[in-house]
Amino acid sequence: MYAQMVKSEASKDDPDKLAAFQARIDAGDKIEPKDWMPAGYRKTLIRQIGQHAHSEIVGQLPEGNWITRAPTLERKAILLAKVQDEAGHGLYLYCAAETLGVSRDELTEMLLDGRMKYSSIFNYPTLTWADMGAVGWLVDGAAIMNQVPLQRTSFGPYSRAMIRICKEESFHQRQGYDIMMKMCQGTDAQKRMAQDAMNRFWYPALMMFGPSDKDSVHSAQSMTWKIKMNTNDELRQKFVDQTVPQAEYLGLTIPDPDLVWNDDKGGYDFSEPDWSEFFDVIQGNGPCNTERLAARNKAWDDGAWVRDGLMAHAEKRAARKVAAE
Amino acid sequence: MRDALFEFLCRMGDNTLVLGHRVSEWCGHAPVLEEDIALANTALDLIGQTQMWLGLAAEVEGADRSADDLAMLRDVWDFRNLLLVEQPNGDFGQTMMRQFLFDAWHLLMLQALTDSTDTRIAAIAAKAVKEAQYHLERSADTVIGLGDGTAESHRRMQAALDLLWPYVGEMFVADAVDDSLCAAGIAPDPATLRAAYEARIQTVMAEATLTLPDTGFAHQGGRTGRQHSEHLGHLLTQMQWLQRAYPGATW
Repeated sequence: MYAQMVKSEASKDDPDKLAAFQARIDAGDKIEPKDWMPAGYRKTLIRQIGQHAHSEIVGQLPEGNWITRAPTLERKAILLAKVQDEAGHGLYLYCAAETLGVSRDELTEMLLDGRMKYSSIFNYPTLTWADMGAVGWLVDGAAIMNQVPLQRTSFGPYSRAMIRICKEESFHQRQGYDIMMKMCQGTDAQKRMAQDAMNRFWYPALMMFGPSDKDSVHSAQSMTWKIKMNTNDELRQKFVDQTVPQAEYLGLTIPDPDLVWNDDKGGYDFSEPDWSEFFDVIQGNGPCNTERLAARNKAWDDGAWVRDGLMAHAEKRAARKVAAE
Repeated sequence: MRDALFEFLCRMGDNTLVLGHRVSEWCGHAPVLEEDIALANTALDLIGQTQMWLGLAAEVEGADRSADDLAMLRDVWDFRNLLLVEQPNGDFGQTMMRQFLFDAWHLLMLQALTDSTDTRIAAIAAKAVKEAQYHLERSADTVIGLGDGTAESHRRMQAALDLLWPYVGEMFVADAVDDSLCAAGIAPDPATLRAAYEARIQTVMAEATLTLPDTGFAHQGGRTGRQHSEHLGHLLTQMQWLQRAYPGATW
């Protein structure tokens, strides 16, 4: 899940309009940008889609960290393709957000000055090559768990962006698992890297779904509007149930001594992540928050002359064209 | 002939490998999202071409080495790329100027190689030429846009051109490897590409309002492997680290 803890807005709109809007949602209609929508629906979606887009952009950094050190030409090519896809996802999502009346530059500024967030997961470091496997398998796996239902979300442009994104994400998850397979069938050092990546990424991956439902104050309105399709705990449970057998197949140990199959519920019981760590990361105190935001700010600041130069050229060309006509 | 062919294939593959690596260093740090995508795409094309060139080099060599072995386990003195492509990225303008100076040569070289008497080379060139065409369109447009942009972008692009121009001449200097491949119709005499190259450069620089440096000096030593710049060793240190640190592992 690339959007966490999105604050939803109550709406103070005309009750008749609100009721008619809700009836459309309940009937499974897609809401399109020119349709009437409650102010709160619009604001919440801008936050959620913007946060998702920012996650794709910042998410380039932990994987970009290994492109220049990928162990083979094929792995390098696959990782490049994956990171390029992610930048492309950012682009679709910013376009979807723009249909709601906010520009990409405005959203970017809000990311850079800390007013908007991105997923907590990208504030963790990628320390060995196995982390490329863990990111693909666990992080993209958790993202897919959230994004597959969002293909049915009520807002048309977001739903269509999700449909495109999901196709690519499942390829990402497979390549991550493939890296882990190679590592787990490899030398002792490779197996150690794989287990170490599992140990470091397991709880941060569980945190991607956001706080426990009992502490999740923003869910109800978003679920009524079909901006959010499942609760945090439902998705987290589904992710654990899917991932445990995959870890067993790899021969990796999940770092949770209390993980046990529960016949009654037909799923695993597992330990909650350390939520105080989660809130620390969200508040800017994760291991890499400072570097990630500094890298994005530097890219933006260093690139100002490029954007200005290309804009000035485009204006000159347009002026020359007018003069020639 | 086998040695000359191997040497030539390493020259082609090392150019794309080293430049692909340099371009990939931009990942996540570009001035605008579209450039992040385009740079990753360019790097991806170049690494894909590397797999083909070094794959064929390994086959021609017949010494039980793979493309990955050639990429990850040779030291600086065995690399055969142009000095131009191992130069650091600098700012975005310097990166795009380096790309343009390379792309303009690369396209001409690949076009010539589509007529190679070696059908394996002609087939690789036919695939790569489409990518190189697109790379050149994009890098030329960017050089023009930034050269003819603001005073600052113009100044930066002129500085990039002044810095990199002395690395261009190496592309056109033939040696015994080129002579024997040219005689066999496998590859063109590099010097024959120069006129078309300069014509293209002059057109683009005129539109970019940039001035070609008034020097014919050419740094050399990359494509022969005689003397690389200090930069290549650092690049290889990073690129080859996993294979060197964990020899024999499968990834």
